[in-house]
Amino acid sequence: MKRYSAFAIARQALNGHQGWSRAWAAAQPKKKYDVIIVGAGGHGLATAFYLGKNFGIKNVAILEKGWLGGGNTGRNTTIIRSNYLQDPSAAIYEKARSLYETMSQDLNYNVMFSPRGVMMLAQTEHEVRGYKRTAAANAFQGVQTEFIGPQRVKELCPIMNIDGPRYPVLGALWQARGGTARHDAVAWGYARACSDMGMDIIQQCEVTGVRSEGGKVVGVDTSKGAIDCDKLAMVVAGHCSDLAHKAGFRLPVESVALQALVSEPIKPCMDVVVMANTVHGYMSQSDKGEMVIGGGTDAFNNYTQRGSFHHIEETVRALVETFPMISRLKMLRQWGGIVDVTGDRSPILSKTPVEGVFVNCGWGTGGFKAIPGSGWGMAELVAKGQSPLTDAFGLNRFTEGRFIDESVAAGVAH
Amino acid sequence: MSTRLATQGRLVNRDTRMEFTFNGKRLQGYQGDTLASALLANDQMLLGRSFKYHRPRGVVASGAEEPNALVGLGQGKRFEPNQRVTTTELFDGLSASTQNHWPSLEFDVGEINNSMARILPAGFYYKTFMAPRFAWKHVFEPVIRHSAGLGKAPKDKDADRYEHFYAFVDVLIIGGGIAGLQAAKSAGDSGAKVLLMEQTPHWGGRAPVDGAEIDGKSAEIWVGDTLQILDKMDNVTIRTRMMGAGIYDHGYALGYERLGDHQPDAGLPRHRLWRIRAKQIITATGAIERPLSFAGNDVPGVMLASAVRDYMVNYGVSVGDRTVVVTNNDDAYRTAIALKQSGLDVPAIIDARPIVTSPLATKALQMGIRVETGKGIAKVKGHKRVEGVQLCLQAGEGSIIEEIKCDAVAMSGGWSPVVHLWSHCGGKLTWDEDHAFFKPDPTRAPTGDTGAAFVMTAGIASGDMTTGAVLENADAAGKAAAKASGHIPRRFAAPKAAEEPCDPMAPVWMMPQGASYDLRMKMWLDFQNDVKVSDVQLAAREGYESVEHTKRYTTLGMATDQGKLSNINGLAILADSLGADIPQVGTTTFRPPYTPISMGAIAGEARDEIFQPLRQTPMHEWHDTHGAVWEPVGHWRRPYAYQQAGETVEQAVHREVLNTRKRVGLLDASTLGKLVVKGPDAGKFLDMLYTNMMSTLKVGRCRYGLMCNENGFLSDDGVVAHIDEDTWLCHTTSGGADRIHQWMEEWLQTEWWDWKVYVANLTEQYAQIAVVGPDARKVLQAMGGMDVSKEALPFMAWADGKIGGFDTRVYRISFSGELSYEIAVPASQGQAFWDALREVGSAYGMQPYGTEALHIMRAEKGFIMIGDETDGTVIPQDLGLHWALSKKKEDYLGKRAQARSYMDNPDRWQLVGLETVDGSVLPDGCYAIDEGENENSQANMFGRVTSTYYSPTLGKGIAMGLVHNGPDRMGEVIRFGKPDKTFVEARIVDPVFYDKEGEKQNV
Amino acid sequence: MLILTCPYCGVAAEESELTAGGEAHLTRFGPDSTDADFQSYLFTRKNPKGVNFERWRHANGCGKWFHAARCTMTLEVFGTYPAQTTEPPQELLEKIAKKRPGFTAETAP
Repeated sequence: MKRYSAFAIARQALNGHQGWSRAWAAAQPKKKYDVIIVGAGGHGLATAFYLGKNFGIKNVAILEKGWLGGGNTGRNTTIIRSNYLQDPSAAIYEKARSLYETMSQDLNYNVMFSPRGVMMLAQTEHEVRGYKRTAAANAFQGVQTEFIGPQRVKELCPIMNIDGPRYPVLGALWQARGGTARHDAVAWGYARACSDMGMDIIQQCEVTGVRSEGGKVVGVDTSKGAIDCDKLAMVVAGHCSDLAHKAGFRLPVESVALQALVSEPIKPCMDVVVMANTVHGYMSQSDKGEMVIGGGTDAFNNYTQRGSFHHIEETVRALVETFPMISRLKMLRQWGGIVDVTGDRSPILSKTPVEGVFVNCGWGTGGFKAIPGSGWGMAELVAKGQSPLTDAFGLNRFTEGRFIDESVAAGVAH
Repeated sequence: MSTRLATQGRLVNRDTRMEFTFNGKRLQGYQGDTLASALLANDQMLLGRSFKYHRPRGVVASGAEEPNALVGLGQGKRFEPNQRVTTTELFDGLSASTQNHWPSLEFDVGEINNSMARILPAGFYYKTFMAPRFAWKHVFEPVIRHSAGLGKAPKDKDADRYEHFYAFVDVLIIGGGIAGLQAAKSAGDSGAKVLLMEQTPHWGGRAPVDGAEIDGKSAEIWVGDTLQILDKMDNVTIRTRMMGAGIYDHGYALGYERLGDHQPDAGLPRHRLWRIRAKQIITATGAIERPLSFAGNDVPGVMLASAVRDYMVNYGVSVGDRTVVVTNNDDAYRTAIALKQSGLDVPAIIDARPIVTSPLATKALQMGIRVETGKGIAKVKGHKRVEGVQLCLQAGEGSIIEEIKCDAVAMSGGWSPVVHLWSHCGGKLTWDEDHAFFKPDPTRAPTGDTGAAFVMTAGIASGDMTTGAVLENADAAGKAAAKASGHIPRRFAAPKAAEEPCDPMAPVWMMPQGASYDLRMKMWLDFQNDVKVSDVQLAAREGYESVEHTKRYTTLGMATDQGKLSNINGLAILADSLGADIPQVGTTTFRPPYTPISMGAIAGEARDEIFQPLRQTPMHEWHDTHGAVWEPVGHWRRPYAYQQAGETVEQAVHREVLNTRKRVGLLDASTLGKLVVKGPDAGKFLDMLYTNMMSTLKVGRCRYGLMCNENGFLSDDGVVAHIDEDTWLCHTTSGGADRIHQWMEEWLQTEWWDWKVYVANLTEQYAQIAVVGPDARKVLQAMGGMDVSKEALPFMAWADGKIGGFDTRVYRISFSGELSYEIAVPASQGQAFWDALREVGSAYGMQPYGTEALHIMRAEKGFIMIGDETDGTVIPQDLGLHWALSKKKEDYLGKRAQARSYMDNPDRWQLVGLETVDGSVLPDGCYAIDEGENENSQANMFGRVTSTYYSPTLGKGIAMGLVHNGPDRMGEVIRFGKPDKTFVEARIVDPVFYDKEGEKQNV
Repeated sequence: MLILTCPYCGVAAEESELTAGGEAHLTRFGPDSTDADFQSYLFTRKNPKGVNFERWRHANGCGKWFHAARCTMTLEVFGTYPAQTTEPPQELLEKIAKKRPGFTAETAP
């Protein structure tokens, strides 16, 4: 792999950038792999990367039915934070956040992690108490957050109207080391690193069946033929129900559309990420200058990647109320993604009824921020059958009644 | 130079001059001008700077596809960045300023990026700026952010207003060119309800500019005649300045009408967002001309051939004195001919096609225009303005044959149908080899709720390129849409147009074909985002092979024009780089809106006070005028406290608590949910809903009940009163009324539909007022009326009767631990009853109290609060509420769930009281911290504070919390961690702090 | 933005008039059920790519719950029917089978 650096660019400039090699190899499937990962999104690629890096398992194929990073990895609003309330969530999201800090160096690919700070607005007394509780928990979970007052909110984000007639800002949960990253780069960076370790990333390869013998997985059927494997990790987000069905089991998951939009680019006016759960909207400004806006999910099952416009209306209305200056900005583009939502809105990283098959799904609206932590834990789960990061996220919790409910601290959106 | 001609300009009114300012300079235009035409008339070609390299840029197009000429418009509360000058109508007093440059448009320091373009290819930022680690956030990112972005951010709150509008139609037609007009007529003839919209202020589209002839008339006349016909049809609505912004599922479409942009002082809403439901939608959205990719195709003065023609014919503006036309198709000849006819110089038509014999070419030659076939432009000379072009062989590598002096270049790379709206909702495309464009595939149209197609195309948007075919196609679409929406089309024939024989276009994706790297890195694909042919080729080389990868890696098509000009050209370069066919590579997904629409329009009227519905109790205004500090509770507003002069809110709360405990207080409890449950099976139903047994409650009595969801968690609580044999009244929490009402309906309708029960939500029918405190009875007795003595109305009983002449229902229930009457009166009597109580009560020192005093008093009594002690993860067993879980019942909602291993388990966090050792108030929400860490290096936690207050009654901090095995640990001192990681010690105590025996409420 | 026709009041209702209520025809499992049955009742969902039988409520209308058969891939609505039933009407199943070769009663609930 050719190392990326300013010197490499300067050198290439002399010959018209003819010397750059492929970021990841174009692979064809081998007959057999130790581990097959289905889904070359952020979570699947990160799982592969840490399988190789932490456990030396490199005979790995990552199968992707479309193009890598083309699902929710490339459709989200790129927020990274770990100010979660419950222990297991705080652990995996904080692991992810800390890995994001060094990701550009670890992958030699600039993912533009920008720890610009994330604030979650408290606009009711109930939210104030909820976020104070989260701050109190975070202090002992190794997550640096604080509850800040309205004046500090205004200082950090001057374009905000904190005196709105309906929902004045009473404070916020502030995570200074949260932020954003370039979503596509995360997928591309992992893909490049996986390819460099000798793993095969096989795009345009749809899994059509899962083969098992005696309750144990032996391989998959794909649009590029049958491939054998010892272990199989399903990391396909909104399509997990369908894939699980092919493997012979069902999941406590529903797939729904989540929408986002961006404005036309403007010069920098907002240096932090703001989430307003009472009014349902969140916003940040990308490096390109676009205001990146996310909102709510539809409540019905949907695989079309198109959502309903009234959700866009609700979100924009909330944000115009919170940031009056955006009224004269224009919506450039709206889009949807299909997110997989579980019964307690927390993810599933788990063994399954089929031996050797592992599932990583259910990230709902909050998957991007978790990518490296999810990959780290999932790799350990696949390699060793157990991981402290994933233990609490098993499928058995739905039978036992042991939920990981994050909505309790007033947090609706991720 | 560009200038106003003495003649032409079908859209401008030369009798009315308009003044405007551009970067502070005062300029003049005519009524009917766009800002673009007015600027060009004033020889203002340089209009902006590109995004990445800050290259000088001028206007390229004449419509919505313009990528370069974006300005900041207006000032202060009416400032708007990134407005396209090509779609901005000129008005008197308009002020515009250019963007993305410093210190000035003419001299921009950012242009240094241009000289460094070699080391700033596509995606360079992914490969560098990685070390040292913190430099990205603190050094590189700020520089990139300030260099990127386009216009300035508005600073102020918008002075304008916006509105929403609904329309339900049979046939919606988007696009008011001849195709849209004809489709509207053909659909309208059937009697179908038709809405036709056109994004510009003018009907007819390109046909009048191109000089088409329809039914023997000029297009201009035909358009006027057709409009007259449409005007007379009552079933047809037509709108200009209204863009079809998006098409969504099941025939939903958005119209974006610009009412005030061109007349900001008219007092109109600025924009109106139409939410349209249509049975059928016809997109008659025309086509957009493509640029050609030659080196320097971004120099100001290089424009689309159609735009050059538009400025001349529509606005009487010539963009240059000497215009070279470069093309791969016949249409650009029209521009050359039009220029020549206006007396302007056309030094050459450079046609990449080897042989051209069409009538248009012949005419050009006859007019004496030099036509160079098989040739291309090697490079455009000039920096801020075109100075000339270098002629080369198209088939070669760019060796210069000749330099031709000129000050404008009109280019045409062919046309692409506007397929955006067709694609928004899933319509698929097919590749047309003859014209080298994607066009809608009518066999794979967007489908609606019935599974049938609901979008069709008309005119050039279908891929039909001649006037005759356009009209025929539009007529057929109009009739088909009318039929599909349930109407019978009339058999009028489609209008006929004169033949327009043309030579086939030749796909030319790069000029010249064998251009060197140096030339390719000067060939712009995406003008605004500075994506060049070399960038797409680099992306392909690096493995970003999918069209989505290429788009994201290079930012091709991601600018504010969303790839309207760059999409196909970029695809073709990518396909070529991959050795694949264009249709195999495919397009990126088209997303709404077609062009950007204002956030204000999306938000609509719902702002400020009416941002969301506001629910008010009958006494709301009284509270407001008597010092209420408001707290939002759902959509309600409740007084948090009543602040008096000279006291803090906290002091007010403490005063209210003490006054209620010592004398008597008054609470507006109207927001509490009041659901009537009635019917022969009502008792059975409530036994399923509540964990308690409600069916056995005696008529005339009240019982506190708990509701759980099916997952076992506590979801609401409240007092249930048994009204008569088959009627119960269920009180819910203020926030829970609608939710619980729906919850009841859901079970009655979807599970126990054979049970005879009705539920009605009476929350807003009653004002409910709590009279609370030792003197409460005295106040009511002084009011006169029904017997409210202990004997007549004992604790947990209710009765109907008159108090002070009011019809009331009195519940003897207490959430404070004091003697307490909650009195319901018809909502219309609420304020009068409140006033009467106030008047009588003043002799007893009665004062109103708010929600915070309510909360403190309930906490002093150890009463749980839904939302504080519960958070969706707490079961009644956690709160010591076993007594409320009926053992007699086989089933209730949540019962099975509570039997699961993690819930039917004594090893849980359970409710206790907490008192700090030092008497201080425990911080909100803090956690009990044990020794050691878990596997994930988190401190071990074993409990948390759920409610914490300073108790004015007891003069110290009190709290409730959930602690692991808490009730077994009475007296134990445990430590709670504060967010600053210091600790505070607290003793585990009984959660009832005040009047443990309950004597005060039961007097 | 979906349109569903409420089988009670006959209104072709806008999505904004409706609330979605998840998978239809679930069997409620109560106190004596197995852990697996209870878990499945509360959480396991078919979440199909294709025809979904689902619950809706005409919340900002007549207030009634009803069922719909809707394709999650195309959003086509095959029909709506009252919620007071444990299975979809036979004629609706036939209609779907006619439009969707391969659809059988087994793939229905």
